[in-house]
Amino acid sequence: MRIAVLSGKGGTGKTTVSASLALSLGNYQYVDSDVEEPNGGIFLNPKITDILPVNVKVPAVDENKCTGCGICSKTCQFNAIAVIKGMVLLFSEICHHCGACIIACPEVALYEIEKTIGVIEKNEDATFMQGKLNIGEPISIPIIQKLKDEMNPHIPIIIDCPPGASCNVVESIEGCDYCILVTEPTPFGLHDLKIAVKLVEKMGIPFGVVINKSSKDSKIIHKFCDKNKIDILLEIPFSRDIAEAYSKGRLPVHENAEWKEKFRAMYEKIKRGVNK
Amino acid sequence: MKICISSTGSSMDSTLDPRFGRAVYFIIADTETMEYESIENTAALSGGGAGVTSGQLMADKGVSAVITGSVGPNAMNVLKAAEIDVYRGLPTTVKENIAKFKEGSLEKIDSPGPSHSGMGGQR
Repeated sequence: MRIAVLSGKGGTGKTTVSASLALSLGNYQYVDSDVEEPNGGIFLNPKITDILPVNVKVPAVDENKCTGCGICSKTCQFNAIAVIKGMVLLFSEICHHCGACIIACPEVALYEIEKTIGVIEKNEDATFMQGKLNIGEPISIPIIQKLKDEMNPHIPIIIDCPPGASCNVVESIEGCDYCILVTEPTPFGLHDLKIAVKLVEKMGIPFGVVINKSSKDSKIIHKFCDKNKIDILLEIPFSRDIAEAYSKGRLPVHENAEWKEKFRAMYEKIKRGVNK
Repeated sequence: MKICISSTGSSMDSTLDPRFGRAVYFIIADTETMEYESIENTAALSGGGAGVTSGQLMADKGVSAVITGSVGPNAMNVLKAAEIDVYRGLPTTVKENIAKFKEGSLEKIDSPGPSHSGMGGQR
């Protein structure tokens, strides 16, 4: 069972929900795919023992073979190559690693070299994994793919996704059995929830909603979910106690066993949702 | 001398576009005859690498100088490799910028500005 936690809007509580669910289940693999700033480790305190580099292939040029014809530059759909005065200029941070330039070069003057763009980190039994993209690297997908390759299909997997609804979220949720959409009762929360709903519907993944920082304003989320027949899995109240504990790296499930029960009940609901 | 001015429109009376890679138009003009060609910048809407493509275009067109507002690091690398000088234009028409260039009163830019500054606050 692979569950992804996403939100559209940032700061709604993806990590709170992911880490709380993990701690409530006991047996789990927690995967932080928010590789630009993974933070689930703050709550789960894993001891990292394995660090694996993530490499991509970028072009390099053999200047003895290159005639400066410029076909590689015209072939590149990502504007990552310029050919000036017969010299190839490669901009590897723009490169999308498609390899088209290598195929197109009539002189076989281009070849691929490995470039490290980040790492994945694991604890000893790999119940915790996170990706880390190097600063300045714009493309996170290869790191998320590597995390997916390393997933353990024998235990429940909880994927803490990046914010938004673009490529890195698509890659994170692709292949999941269920998506938890975390929202907050604000116009921004609702706006981005709608985008996230469109995404998971398009990808055909069963989903439900968690309302975090829930208050009397939650009626805007209820109204939307009722209208669209979307399950609300859980509501976490807007509470000073929760916020204070959070600021010390503690979650409601750490403080109160009742919350573990609530998250376990949510997991049961999700299992039923998957089989719908 | 053939030079290029990044422009918000397609004529000599258009205003300078302070962005290089994501300029709306490029006006390529001969400073002696004042004959010019305007090119719509197809790279303006690309996801990434607009500066690289625009720099390549300058090299392909054989211009000797570029007048614009700011040039990003990638575009600057391409323009330097092509030995194309970059000048900081004034917020006025293309025509006036060419006149100022001919007077020699435009400041030469040697170092790139920040990345993505022409992306309209998307970053």
